[in-house]
Amino acid sequence: MDIPRYWRLKNQRYHLEGSVCQNCGHQSFPSRPLCPQCKSKDLKSVRFNGKGIVYSYTILYQTSERYEGYVPYVVALIDLEDGPRITAQLTDVDLNQVKIGMPVEMVIRKYFEEGETGPIVYGYKFRPVFSKQDLTEPPIK
Amino acid sequence: MKKVAVIGIGQVPVREHWDKSIRQLAAEALLNALQDANRDEIDGLYVGNMLSGTLSGQEHLGALIADYAGLSGVEAVKVEAACASGAAAFRQGVVAVAGGLKKCVAVVGVEKLTEFSGRYTASALATAADSDFEASVGLTFVGLNALVMQRFMFENNVSKIDFGNFPLLAHRNGSHNPNAMFRRPITLEQYRKAKVIADPINLLDSSPIADGAAAVIIVPLEDIETSDKRAAEVLACEAGTDYIALHDRPELLKLKGVEISAKKAFRAANLQPKDISLFELHDAFSIMTALSLEASGFMSATEALNRVKDGYFEIQGKLPVATMGGLKGRGHPVGATGVYQIVEAVTQLRGEAPEKIQVKNPLYAMTQNIGGTGATVITTILKNISPS
Ligand SMILES: [Zn+2]
Repeated sequence: MDIPRYWRLKNQRYHLEGSVCQNCGHQSFPSRPLCPQCKSKDLKSVRFNGKGIVYSYTILYQTSERYEGYVPYVVALIDLEDGPRITAQLTDVDLNQVKIGMPVEMVIRKYFEEGETGPIVYGYKFRPVFSKQDLTEPPIK
Repeated sequence: MKKVAVIGIGQVPVREHWDKSIRQLAAEALLNALQDANRDEIDGLYVGNMLSGTLSGQEHLGALIADYAGLSGVEAVKVEAACASGAAAFRQGVVAVAGGLKKCVAVVGVEKLTEFSGRYTASALATAADSDFEASVGLTFVGLNALVMQRFMFENNVSKIDFGNFPLLAHRNGSHNPNAMFRRPITLEQYRKAKVIADPINLLDSSPIADGAAAVIIVPLEDIETSDKRAAEVLACEAGTDYIALHDRPELLKLKGVEISAKKAFRAANLQPKDISLFELHDAFSIMTALSLEASGFMSATEALNRVKDGYFEIQGKLPVATMGGLKGRGHPVGATGVYQIVEAVTQLRGEAPEKIQVKNPLYAMTQNIGGTGATVITTILKNISPS
């Protein structure tokens, strides 16, 4: 059980906290001690807005112990609208619908349970963004 | 800097060795290499291994293996760089001898992956990735490679079946290697129907989990006879790294670590890709085969997918690859793989490979061991010092 790790990662897991280099504008998630592009140490912490586009994805049918009960599920590389590329699971999505270029948004979901008595770990996942038309309620007859 | 040579090689067959522990596997390979080199003393031991702590509950492999090989007292240390641990240990051995600090060192790559069931081993292998931001969100080692392959297929408009010829070739070569895990060819139909593990990667795109150990003995070139047909000169052994997490790489489909390592190796050896007689590449996944051929400077990844159909990479072809089965056919005992590659390259240069997979009069053999999804890469070029 690695409680300090979950606590330490809370700002990344719940708020997508990263950093922006004040010298060259390079964005990092998570934040780094120095900019990988220009080596500046002048970095400002930011929270990315959680909207993005699927850059690549995979559907996992076999996985590690922790995630064994959840297969099949999708993990994607997501290009954030206002930030860098990150790795996250997709949720609330039909496996056949997943496509490169699909717009997605961040939600907080359960990651896994650490055994019967251990903590339940939560964090960011991404779900498809539906267009306005998709969300319009059908008129009540 | 001194020139160095490999004068002894040893290995155990890649298998599910339920009857042998990690120390037994390593000691057996090491003793085989010492016997092959006709030496009984060394002044340094470098052990390449990734997961002994996690899967065997055993760290401190340097002293343990020295002890069990009857070499207690010698300087010994373990080197870890995920799947590149074997070649990383080899490089430490080369550096020590080239720098003049050591006169005769042994390098052993060893890995025992079959102590537990697959899911536990999968968790252990995923530690090669970024634990907090890749593995912990549900990504596996296979999944990482699948993300790269999916994007590659999308950008280059190639279909999955185009990758099948590489595993076919590896298994065909491996069927002639008695030390290989798989000794049977596979068909394109089997590839097409293979179970998907992490879409688009299927079981036959992926190298098998296995146990194994391989070892080599390294000495200064000046200490051996130039007529020694069994020695191979190490012309280059160069390392490169890349961002560990895929999401941090500016270009997902460019293996920067491979490019850095291969460029340095070609420069050190004063050779070009066209000079290479055979290439033991890191075909842990079919996508890695294509991308590493590109990043090493041989040809574009799409060209590689085309040329494999025309026999370019066969034993008789222009650039034989995976001549002893590669990671797919021989098997991928992760921390041992890099040393198996060196052992196989030396076997080829000596002309001691099984007849059907012996490359004709090879002069320069290249090996490339990749850790993670390209975050650590070590490229080695070996030369036959007494070509016939
Ligand atoms: Zn910067």
